[in-house]
Amino acid sequence: MIFKISTPLPKDIPLELPLPEWLLVTLLVVSFLAHIVFINLMLGGSILTLWAQIKGLKNKDYDSYAHEIAKTITVNKSMAVVLGVAPLLSINTLYTVYFYSANALTGFAWIMIIPLVTIAFLLTYLHKYTWHSLESAKRIHISIMAVAVGIFLIIPLIFLTNVNLMMFPEKWGTVKGFMDALTLPNVFPRYFEFLGACLTITGIFTVGYSNRKNYKIEKIYKTFTRYTLKKLGYKVAFVGVGLQLFFGIIVLFTLPAKGLGFDVLGSMLSAGVVLFFVAFYIWKSMIAEESKIDAHYKKIIIFILTFLLIYGGSRQMYRHNALHPHQKLMAYKTKEFQKLSEDARLHPVLETVAIDTTLGEYAIGSSLFKKNCSSCHKEKEKLVGPPMTEMVTIYKNNPEGLKKWINAPGKKRPDYPQMPGFASLSDEDLSELAKYILSIQK
Amino acid sequence: MFHLDWLNNRFLIAVIAILHVLINHGLAVGFIPYITWLEYKGLKKSTSDQITDLKWDHFVYKKMKVAFIITTTIGAMTGVGIWFSASLVSPSSIASLIRVFYWAWFIEWLVFVTEVVLILIYFLTWKSSNNSLSAKMRHIRFGWFLAIFSWITMAIIVAILGFMMDPGNWNNHHSLLNGFTNPIYLPQLMFRTPTAMLVAGVFGMLLGTIFGVKDKELRKRSVKYSAIWIFIWAPISLIGAVIYWNVLPEAMVENMSTAVGTMQFQEYYDVLRWVILIAISFVLVIAGIGIMRPGKVKMWMVIIPCFFVFGFLGIFERVREFIRKPYVIGGYMYSNLLREEDYPLYKKEGILKHATYASTHEVTDANKIQAGRDVFMLTCSRCHTTKGINSITYVFERMYGEGKPLDIASVAGYIPNMHVGRTYMPPFPGNEKELDALAHFIKSLQTTGESLEGVQTKGLQVNSINSVEEFNK
Repeated sequence: MIFKISTPLPKDIPLELPLPEWLLVTLLVVSFLAHIVFINLMLGGSILTLWAQIKGLKNKDYDSYAHEIAKTITVNKSMAVVLGVAPLLSINTLYTVYFYSANALTGFAWIMIIPLVTIAFLLTYLHKYTWHSLESAKRIHISIMAVAVGIFLIIPLIFLTNVNLMMFPEKWGTVKGFMDALTLPNVFPRYFEFLGACLTITGIFTVGYSNRKNYKIEKIYKTFTRYTLKKLGYKVAFVGVGLQLFFGIIVLFTLPAKGLGFDVLGSMLSAGVVLFFVAFYIWKSMIAEESKIDAHYKKIIIFILTFLLIYGGSRQMYRHNALHPHQKLMAYKTKEFQKLSEDARLHPVLETVAIDTTLGEYAIGSSLFKKNCSSCHKEKEKLVGPPMTEMVTIYKNNPEGLKKWINAPGKKRPDYPQMPGFASLSDEDLSELAKYILSIQK
Repeated sequence: MFHLDWLNNRFLIAVIAILHVLINHGLAVGFIPYITWLEYKGLKKSTSDQITDLKWDHFVYKKMKVAFIITTTIGAMTGVGIWFSASLVSPSSIASLIRVFYWAWFIEWLVFVTEVVLILIYFLTWKSSNNSLSAKMRHIRFGWFLAIFSWITMAIIVAILGFMMDPGNWNNHHSLLNGFTNPIYLPQLMFRTPTAMLVAGVFGMLLGTIFGVKDKELRKRSVKYSAIWIFIWAPISLIGAVIYWNVLPEAMVENMSTAVGTMQFQEYYDVLRWVILIAISFVLVIAGIGIMRPGKVKMWMVIIPCFFVFGFLGIFERVREFIRKPYVIGGYMYSNLLREEDYPLYKKEGILKHATYASTHEVTDANKIQAGRDVFMLTCSRCHTTKGINSITYVFERMYGEGKPLDIASVAGYIPNMHVGRTYMPPFPGNEKELDALAHFIKSLQTTGESLEGVQTKGLQVNSINSVEEFNK
């Protein structure tokens, strides 16, 4: 038997967007880029630290290099987290239903981000502040960083899975848990492309970091010079940009056709061309002599920023194309629902507790009793509270006392739960109710 | 829908949020002025040949380091965690709030980014500021500035929180100004400010006893200063707590349809009174010893008051949350995430028909239990589990007798009227058939003990009449 899985058509939140859509989109793209640059620095820095520290077992200067990079991680990670809030807010606002559905479907992994990242952060501090005290136990010290890097490597996968899954409502009915969503096309190629970007950005960052005028390199390193450090930075960046170009092509080919269009394709290709220039100038700097190593630095930065903007824009275009038809349907559906809701408000179903007129003067009281009391009180036996017959014993000839009690009950019996008060009933209702209760025969 | 059947969904948000508040209040808002004050003391008490008392300065720096590490890890991540957990547990409400408060949150975010940058600067320039007297004084001034800044951040956040609880105003005008003019805004701020200081003082005293294990002089000095700090703030915190405690029922009265405090609230409320008294007196005792005999205060003695002040703040948050009920957004959306205005439609046509995800859209005799499960997921699961914390069988058995088989007619009779007596419950939204199915499902839980899986493990089932395919026809 073949199950036909249909595409859900949810209702949107029936409230206006707080800002024009284009402005929200701009805020989303720009704030996301700011966030991702710091994420790149955090993750790339961690990987670089780990690598350099392992190399540092043989060459002390690499260990010092690792220490220098490690100092930047904890600052970059704080910036990354705090800058992540704005894009999170914006994507929540713009793609509410889509984003939340993806979150829920990968719920366990999604919420695990919080404890996992917290642990990884604590580990980076531990690693940073035990650099000297664990000097004699280098391997333990290195494994602290290794665990942190391991966790840092998992987190982007969860995010990527979410932003990928949100674009495909037609898959929502088929996905069972995070691992399942992970296997959707395009998650892994984008992941490796992202890792490449981490190395590129971090490499370029370390070049600039090593180039600061008041940076006392000769005090920190034995053999490394400013030139070696900058060269090292360019090498790291070159590896990164290579990964980006390679996986970028795979991403392009594995993109589901749904959101593709000439606009997306065009901007992705032009992003690729810009990235190619980045690679070219990084390579030129990498092989340059000491006097010329800084010649292309500014160009590289400008090209990287341009690339980020074009590529970020193209991803947004893709998302827009992929979701737009579904969003339109959803808007119709939401309107339709609101109209139905309004109709129902104007013509509500009548209350079903009918007044049984055969009961004569007790009819109103009886229906009030059914509505308000019957889930806890029965005629002759104890349910939650005492039976009505007991009320009759206590309040015979004292309807005012009974009314007072119902309105604001006290607590007399230690083995019964406290009764809630019924201040919502009017004095008239209370009189009818008391009249009915006291009419019960033992 | 995302659902945690054992832990309870709201519990998830509560844990994350309370942890965040504790860290934010105690280790940021209160701690910065406390540390700056101690840093200043070091400068003042130093001999004329040094910039500051370096031993003391390093001791205070270590306290700041702990707070810095905790706030930038657990503190920051629980802040993001509130968003994450809300998006899972309470998507419709957070989505509605965000559409209205986008700007408020955006501004708050800008303030928050600045705060993080300032804290980074304050902490990372500490050591280099010890090189000259003017740099040290500048650093201390910067500390005071940061203290004021983080207080402002808190003041804004309390306004945003306050607005969400402002009864009824959601439907009238969506403006942040309501947050500031809310009747419980000022009392909240008057409570939170000194209490943040108090928590910081107690925690700082605790850290002092840990770092000062080897050096008795440093420990004595730290305990004494912390005790003075606590002594100043504890009475103000007590006054703030009493004021806040007094306005709480009033706020609740406005939100609930009936005017009498409900039982559960009363319970919390009474507990709270004792927690206030015990926490404050514990703290005052330890502060008293700290001032008279600072040498006598050891680490273990400070741990207990430390727990109490944390609990003090935590329980207040719990009670404050309770005031919202039965709404999640006052007068607009109930805590089951359904809008009040849509209730007539659900009553008329049933909730299943309008659910995007459900295994069926109509109750029949054959699918009663299954449909009941869907109704449970749609209308109860935000607050109740099937067999975990606050489970639905537990709440019914508590009423009708533990272990006794439930009577379907009583359950079905109770549910539509529960909001009358128990004003913290929203009314039941579905139609008669769905009510019957729900009652059957609840009873079946007694015997099957099944646990309800959320979409994060089970995936979801698209309600066939609410699909794109159906719509296109």
